[in-house]
Amino acid sequence: MDLVALLAIQVLYAVASLALISVGLAIIFGMMRVINLAHGEFLMLGGYAAIVATSHGVNLWIAMLVVAPIVVGLIGVVVERAIIRFLYGRMIDTMLATWGLSLFLVGLTTAIFGNTTVGISAPLGSFEIGTYRTSTYTLFVIAVAIVVLAAIFATLRWTRLGLIARGTMQNADMAAALGVNPPRVYAVTFGIGAALTGLAGAVLAPVSGVFPTIGVAYVAKSFITVIGGGAAILSGTVSASALFGAINQIATFVTTPVFGEVALLAAAIVLIRLLPQGITGRFFRRGL
Amino acid sequence: MNQRWLNILGLALVAVIGIAFMILTPRFAELDTVLELTVYMVMAVLALSLALIWGYGGILCFGQSAFFGLGAYAYAIAMFNIGESTVPVLLAIILPAAFAALLGYFMFYGRISDVYLGVITLTVTLILFNAINSTAGPEFHIGTARLGGFNGIPGIPPLNWPGDRTAAVDLEGMFYLAAGSVLVTYFGLRLLLASRFGRIIVGIRENERRAELLGYDPRAYKLATFTIGGALAGFAGCLFANWGSFVSPTIFGLSQSAQIIIWVIVGGRGTLIGPIVGCIGIQWLSTALGANQPTGTDWWAKIFANAPLILGVILIAFVLLVPKGLVPTLGDLGGWLLGLRGRRGAERERFEPEAAE
Amino acid sequence: MMMNRRKFLQSTAAGAAAGLVSSSAFAAEEPINVAGIHDLSGGLDIYGKPMVDALTLAVEEANAAGGLLGRQIKLINYDPQSNMQLYTQFAQQAALKDKVAVVHGGITSASREVIRPVLDKFKTLYFYNTQYEGGVCDRDQFDTGVTPAQTVEKLVPYAMKKWGKKVYVIAADYNYGQITSQWVKKYVLENGGEVPSIDFFPLDVTNFGPTISKIQAAKPDFVWSALVGGAHISFYRQWAAAGMRKSIPMASTTFAVGNEHIVLSPEECDGMLVCYNYFQDLKNPVNETFVKSFHKRFGEDYPNITELAMGTYQGFRLWAEAVKKAGSVDRLKVIEALETGISIDAPSGKVTIDPPTHHCVLDVHIAEVADKKLKVLEDFAQQKPADTAAVCNLIKNPNDNQQYVIKI
Repeated sequence: MDLVALLAIQVLYAVASLALISVGLAIIFGMMRVINLAHGEFLMLGGYAAIVATSHGVNLWIAMLVVAPIVVGLIGVVVERAIIRFLYGRMIDTMLATWGLSLFLVGLTTAIFGNTTVGISAPLGSFEIGTYRTSTYTLFVIAVAIVVLAAIFATLRWTRLGLIARGTMQNADMAAALGVNPPRVYAVTFGIGAALTGLAGAVLAPVSGVFPTIGVAYVAKSFITVIGGGAAILSGTVSASALFGAINQIATFVTTPVFGEVALLAAAIVLIRLLPQGITGRFFRRGL
Repeated sequence: MNQRWLNILGLALVAVIGIAFMILTPRFAELDTVLELTVYMVMAVLALSLALIWGYGGILCFGQSAFFGLGAYAYAIAMFNIGESTVPVLLAIILPAAFAALLGYFMFYGRISDVYLGVITLTVTLILFNAINSTAGPEFHIGTARLGGFNGIPGIPPLNWPGDRTAAVDLEGMFYLAAGSVLVTYFGLRLLLASRFGRIIVGIRENERRAELLGYDPRAYKLATFTIGGALAGFAGCLFANWGSFVSPTIFGLSQSAQIIIWVIVGGRGTLIGPIVGCIGIQWLSTALGANQPTGTDWWAKIFANAPLILGVILIAFVLLVPKGLVPTLGDLGGWLLGLRGRRGAERERFEPEAAE
Repeated sequence: MMMNRRKFLQSTAAGAAAGLVSSSAFAAEEPINVAGIHDLSGGLDIYGKPMVDALTLAVEEANAAGGLLGRQIKLINYDPQSNMQLYTQFAQQAALKDKVAVVHGGITSASREVIRPVLDKFKTLYFYNTQYEGGVCDRDQFDTGVTPAQTVEKLVPYAMKKWGKKVYVIAADYNYGQITSQWVKKYVLENGGEVPSIDFFPLDVTNFGPTISKIQAAKPDFVWSALVGGAHISFYRQWAAAGMRKSIPMASTTFAVGNEHIVLSPEECDGMLVCYNYFQDLKNPVNETFVKSFHKRFGEDYPNITELAMGTYQGFRLWAEAVKKAGSVDRLKVIEALETGISIDAPSGKVTIDPPTHHCVLDVHIAEVADKKLKVLEDFAQQKPADTAAVCNLIKNPNDNQQYVIKI
């Protein structure tokens, strides 16, 4: 029984972390049709931002929840202005450019920080479920995911920014005709996507550590989650993360991490075959 | 002179340069250059396989490395079990082709297209990577060949002339074979694309609905294209396993599959010469960046010793400055020169008649 | 035309490299080329960087002392970017283009098995300086890293005496982890203990939650880790975050090789036991001088001189010693000189080539992680590579050329 409870927490955690690492990409891909192959490196930069801030005496929570998203969000805006904006409507070219960006960022962080970076350890200690112990930080990650998703929902649903974003997403020309400035919307969107990615990277840094090449471990998974989820940013990310995260974690527990990974990937293939437009292409169509 | 003649002239030029390169290189270059060029040629065949299915067939395959790797593994495993290379080579072509056909059927008859195709193919190659990567234990073997997991399979026996297992292909022979394969593949694909089949697949790429309304079944044509591409990639894998006498699961990995796409984008989609040029250029660049590492602690030494940093900057600059890819841009340049210099430019522009997209 | 350009490129590259390696004037004779092939970018660079630095220092010291046989040494460093195809290409270049006297390099067993046949084919001497699973038997190659019989055999009884008899093993899922974990199991059983489970993890796994639950369910006395690489560091983090470090201790054959003890905080890894040939804090005059000159060359804030860095340093020194003895850089003459059982006084103690296996006889030490440092607890002098010796005798069978999977 204790084990079941523990397993339930871990499944929730897997879903939450998958949603966290994917939601920034979902915003960027969903709104702008840009496949950001440097997504993993944005996560990595979030981790570094948090580490550098804490080593300069900033409080850990502020470093993770405030500094990292702001830093990576700003980097995102710079990247959008300097590179991405020339490439709208050319999905394949954005892929090549962001792949280059990903290599560049890996190289740059290696040059600046070297290969041995002192990490941050997970705060909050641990708690017991019967005879088992697990990290309290796990619960914190789940909470962050819920808050982030709720904030995105609220923004899209109730604010002017959300309205403009949804309008631009549906029909950029029409939005422009109605007085919206699409380039600015795109820059802001890319910045927000990057900021959320930075936040995710910082929040996960105490769990998975930070080193220059960690992005590779994330990028394929979040890409698959976003596509599996389909066009709707929020319901897509949530439903796909729930499905893939649960399958991955349960398979890992029952067998090995390899089968966990293979089960996730196989589920993605079956899903796309059955629902070629992603989950939200069929269900929750009116979702956000 | 009309276009047809210019076209033939262009092809003849490629043939002459290609054959001259193939014959002269081993005579005048030193052995290490020949070996390096061999692997570039092998990868060029792989680049051509994606040039066909993506550049002409419009199928965004993010997992061409799956067929490449399957070919390499099929050859390695069969070679350890059989010891004579005729059957292994055939297997290295047939197996990936059959796998491509199966996967293609699953995707095209399920009406999956666009970026979703990319994700499925990427996922397939990652599954293969994960699966093969976890076969390090001694219990994983096929016949006498151990799969080896992350370490892969070292010491793969070399090719021999069909039927005679003692006549192993030597290093120079390997170069002739690889360079010859590039030429045969190139001209074979040119023929294919000039045929009715080739016209139809380009037609489908341009407008699938229209092609369908004209009575062609896009699914069947895409499937055929995909299968041919799979077979070619498998053959390239077989050559690769021969060149280095090893194969390891990274052949299925994310960076390998992204690389193939990058070759095609850099060289120019919708051309055949372009991906070859892109492939050789990018490979040469990463080799050159990795060689002769400076050992200082100065900041500039750190920058120049940093292969990903420089490669990344070049790729970004490339997308922004040469968006169409190298060969089509040169073609345009040729077209521009045409206005000033007459016929010289015309030849260059017609070098790749399908370049415009 | 082609030849001209090639010569031009070669000479400029050589000039640039020479300028960096050594500013002292060239001797009249051509320099001796030595190649290093280590990952400086990509996932394995945490191991490669210290190795290249150690090799650089070794070459510079040799040059400052007048070079070898009156000739300067030119070090050519290659970065294969954690890519096996580039390993092959660079091994070919080193052997054929640079015509090097020796290649030092390779980090994972996979990369070694990729370049070993290439260097065999082109008759180039090869030093593999990493601790590994043992069993390579090739007259053209020398292995200066420790193997399981040298370290695992010592650490298992030590840890079992301290903590108990039930050992849960977790290992990286490739040759090294698979074979090393079998050695661990063998020694645990020999010492009267039990191994409830051995779990393997591919190198890119970062989520260890389910595994940590499984270990808790098995209730071992301690955990043995043979995890490898940057991603696996997250195991130690998650282990400590779950509050497990205080209840179940850990021993490892890989921890600290990639500076894990510096990346992690003391709360996450203090008390862990490791066993290697070299620790930066070893107390002997040779080591103290070495650490001083290393820090002078690469900065006082250099994180840690690793086991692999020392393997590389000692590998180069052994080779240089053999060249002096042979009076030549000719491959066969140097091999014969090495096979006389060449010996050096290295920072890790006395290191001697074991002629039949081409591995090394050397000191090993058990140490404990304490506040980002490795505190040496016990020393074991002059350990022989007994595992490889059981299957490999290159004096009797000089033409042997394979990696044995040692029956355990």
